[in-house]
Amino acid sequence: MNDTILEMRGITKTFPGVTALQDVSLVVRRGEIHAICGENGAGKSTLMKVLSGVHPAGSYDGDIVLDGVPARFHGIRDSEAVGVVIIHQELALVPYLSIAENVFLGNERRGRGGLIDWNRANAEAAELLASVGLDENPVTPVAQLGVGKQQLVEIAKALSKEVRLLILDEPTAALNDTDSAHLLDLLRRLRDQGITCILISHKLGEVTSIADAITVLRDGRTVETLRTGEGEVTQERIIRGMVGRDLESFYPDRVSEPGDEVLRIEDWTVWHPTQDRKVVDGVSLGVRAGEVVGIAGLMGAGRTELAMSVFGRSYGRDVSGRLYVRGREVKARSVSEAIDNGIAYATEDRKRYGLNLIEDVRRNISAAALRKLASRGWVNGNEEIRVAEESRSYLGIRTTSVMTTVGTLSGGNQQKVVLAKWLFADPDVLILDEPTRGIDVGAKYEIYTIINRLVAAGKGVLVISSELPELLGVCDRIYTLAAGRLTGELPVAQATQENLMALMTKDKEAAA
Amino acid sequence: MTSTQRPPAENRAEPESAQAAALHTGTSNLRTLVTRNVRQSGIYVAFVVIVALFAILTDGVLLSPGNITNIVLQYSYILVLAIGMVIVIIAGHIDLSVGSVVALTGAVSAVLVIQQGYAWWIGVLAALLVGVAVGAWHGFWVAYVGIPAFIVTLAGMLLFRGLTLQVLDNISLSPFPSEYQRVANGFLNGLLGGQGYDAFTLFIGAFAVAGYAVSVFRTRVARIRYRQPVESFPLFVARVVAVAAVVMYFAWQLAHARGLPIVLIILGVLVIAYAVVTKRTVFGRQVYAIGGNLSAALLSGVRVRTVNFWIFVNMGFLSAVAGVIYSSRSNGAQPAAGTMFELDAIAAAFIGGAAVTGGVGTVVGAMVGGLIMAVMSNGMQLMGVDQSIQSVVKGLVLLLAVAFDIYNKRRGGAASR
Ligand SMILES: Nc1ncnc2c1ncn2[C@@H]1O[C@H](COP(=O)(O)OP(=O)(O)OP(=O)(O)O)[C@@H](O)[C@H]1O
Ligand SMILES: [Mg+2]
Repeated sequence: MNDTILEMRGITKTFPGVTALQDVSLVVRRGEIHAICGENGAGKSTLMKVLSGVHPAGSYDGDIVLDGVPARFHGIRDSEAVGVVIIHQELALVPYLSIAENVFLGNERRGRGGLIDWNRANAEAAELLASVGLDENPVTPVAQLGVGKQQLVEIAKALSKEVRLLILDEPTAALNDTDSAHLLDLLRRLRDQGITCILISHKLGEVTSIADAITVLRDGRTVETLRTGEGEVTQERIIRGMVGRDLESFYPDRVSEPGDEVLRIEDWTVWHPTQDRKVVDGVSLGVRAGEVVGIAGLMGAGRTELAMSVFGRSYGRDVSGRLYVRGREVKARSVSEAIDNGIAYATEDRKRYGLNLIEDVRRNISAAALRKLASRGWVNGNEEIRVAEESRSYLGIRTTSVMTTVGTLSGGNQQKVVLAKWLFADPDVLILDEPTRGIDVGAKYEIYTIINRLVAAGKGVLVISSELPELLGVCDRIYTLAAGRLTGELPVAQATQENLMALMTKDKEAAA
Repeated sequence: MTSTQRPPAENRAEPESAQAAALHTGTSNLRTLVTRNVRQSGIYVAFVVIVALFAILTDGVLLSPGNITNIVLQYSYILVLAIGMVIVIIAGHIDLSVGSVVALTGAVSAVLVIQQGYAWWIGVLAALLVGVAVGAWHGFWVAYVGIPAFIVTLAGMLLFRGLTLQVLDNISLSPFPSEYQRVANGFLNGLLGGQGYDAFTLFIGAFAVAGYAVSVFRTRVARIRYRQPVESFPLFVARVVAVAAVVMYFAWQLAHARGLPIVLIILGVLVIAYAVVTKRTVFGRQVYAIGGNLSAALLSGVRVRTVNFWIFVNMGFLSAVAGVIYSSRSNGAQPAAGTMFELDAIAAAFIGGAAVTGGVGTVVGAMVGGLIMAVMSNGMQLMGVDQSIQSVVKGLVLLLAVAFDIYNKRRGGAASR
């Protein structure tokens, strides 16, 4: 089975001031899972947007040949009509509509008189849900599902369009290990049914385990295509292609010298904003200067809720408990008070909560500490530019200028802008919620290095992450959270993925 | 990304060399300059085209000294409203009540000055106080109770129109004493003499040009010091000369009519003050942050409620300024004063490049947007075009302006968002 389903030849795509793709070629064989790897901003998403007609024919150079026929898509309707379906990096479901409504959105099941036949729609949706292994009622609103299940709904939606070539842009970035494994299993099953998949992912472990072929992009050019069965494909090999050199290790070394406690939370309890239940229940923990502390927990364990409620009560209601920064009790009742007291929180959802996407890099960086650039309410614009330039070189933010709109940066570079914003606020404690979500290996290493530099400067860092290897790699100590309760605390020397997992699921039986 | 340039290690060149460099660095590539500012340049081009068009259609009457003076007097209050409105819109709100507030503040002033015989400045002060109170009322409901501004100000539109009727007891009041009338109809002239023209007006024009030149040159030096792209020196000079020519022509025409209108001074001060406030102050920047992404602003420590509250207080204040100017110009207060002013102000902001979704817009843009509307109305009046047709044309221009804006954004590559 060597027949080619897709060939992209000499694709060049430029944006004002940026060449995102230059003479890129991609050959995908029928029925394979083809992974695309590359650093942040390498052009992966752009290539897929070209393929699916998001960037319409004419806005790029080069040819797309699908099943031997030249294809010119003017929008995603065109590409979907021939069975090419893309699931974007950011999920595109309507939260208040039901699963079935989302699945058939834009592709409604019509009955007599052109009216929507809901019985048929719900029945068909149920079948599709079964085929993706999602055990939910089709009339459930999507907002009630976790990210993992929403991802499956997206795939069900794609299947409803009779997909032949399914494109997934970082589908597992926001998923925990169990949900990721589930999704990858589903992709294997789809492959067995003859559906070709293109998969973009920064998780090289899953890439090597599932992909039949891997195309590596670097700086908008194709570096190579590796095929399993034609030589050895290892993570090291892919990384060399991506960054153009070998990466010695995933985590930079650090000598840890914890000092005094910078953050202490006592008996912290938070209620759900609308429902009558506790999301965080009597949690006490501490972070010392020069220390990186991790919080491990499953989806819904209350990690983000804990962090956001500490950060000026930006989540939940009836928050109770005591909060100490550098030994002094503080009442951070609003975000600005929290910032003034030296607490910073970098969100896990940078697009929704972290960045003003229509504003430029410079102004996003200064947003949380504008007062530092101002005297008597007047902002020093030149100083602001200087600060932005400094952050750009310090963090290696790849952008043509600090005046570039943040919305046009690649995901990883957007994440660095979020970090830059909080570094500029110069907090005592920095809470990082999924700091490396959707970030390439090279940039991850850079971010870990930044964390190390922060703690070396005497700050405390609290890291929330769904990736246990990451926590094990960067932390000194790890707390585990399950169903809002603290279930354990381990120094990293004693922690393993297995015992952390056991602690993270400890509460499950008790709660059930 | 292939065209990434790492920033130079040394970001700040020496100040002296930056000043020297200001004379000979920069790009002459007009295309990059224009595409960089396409939104902004778009409305300026449209403005010039519309002025030229109506100047031709009216055989030059549009640009005659008397008529230019007229445009200033006739539309100043809309422009004042547009300043407040664009700030409201940038923050992602809207204010439908400003017409009613113009009427109410004018009415309060008229009752005090005409009916009760107080001094003219007591009327002005009272109007401003009422405006601020109205703004605080709106701000309270929007910021602290969390009701969408559309609803709050829709209610305000009815409420304050009703109060206007109450205050005026359903009748019109007039006339104001002559001091009060001078606010909108007075001129400063003869201060420096001049024969057949007013030297003072020309002096103010020249002063404005000089101020503009100095400020843009300083911006240029600063940008070079921080290694930001700038246009080449000849282009820079051309820009300054063009602006100077327009301003001096305008001043020349005014000087040959009745001199410098007092409202123009009020308007000029407000425009400069608010342009600076929106661009350079923490408050102004927080307005943009709130409109751009409310959640992100909240999580960056912006005191969103406080900022929203003051945005509406400010809108109330500017509505009162407009109310004073309008009552002064119409020399009295009428129950139906200010009807539909909100729509003109909103239109000015959107034509001037503000985004419906918030986060985008400028005071200067809104002024140009307002002037586009003003020149069109005035031009069509001069041509004797029917009211009905005028309305149709204005509606279409609003639609086209926003369509053009959206087209530009798409071309800018935002389609992927
Ligand atoms: N709409 C746009 N306007 C301007 N530049 C853009 C736009 N979309 C992408 N770019 C630029 O094109 C380059 C490639 O971006 P792309 O999103 O394809 O990267 P990516 O490989 O998907 O990265 P990531 O792993 O971070 O998602 C980046 O430099 C980005 O800034
Ligand atoms: Mg991407």
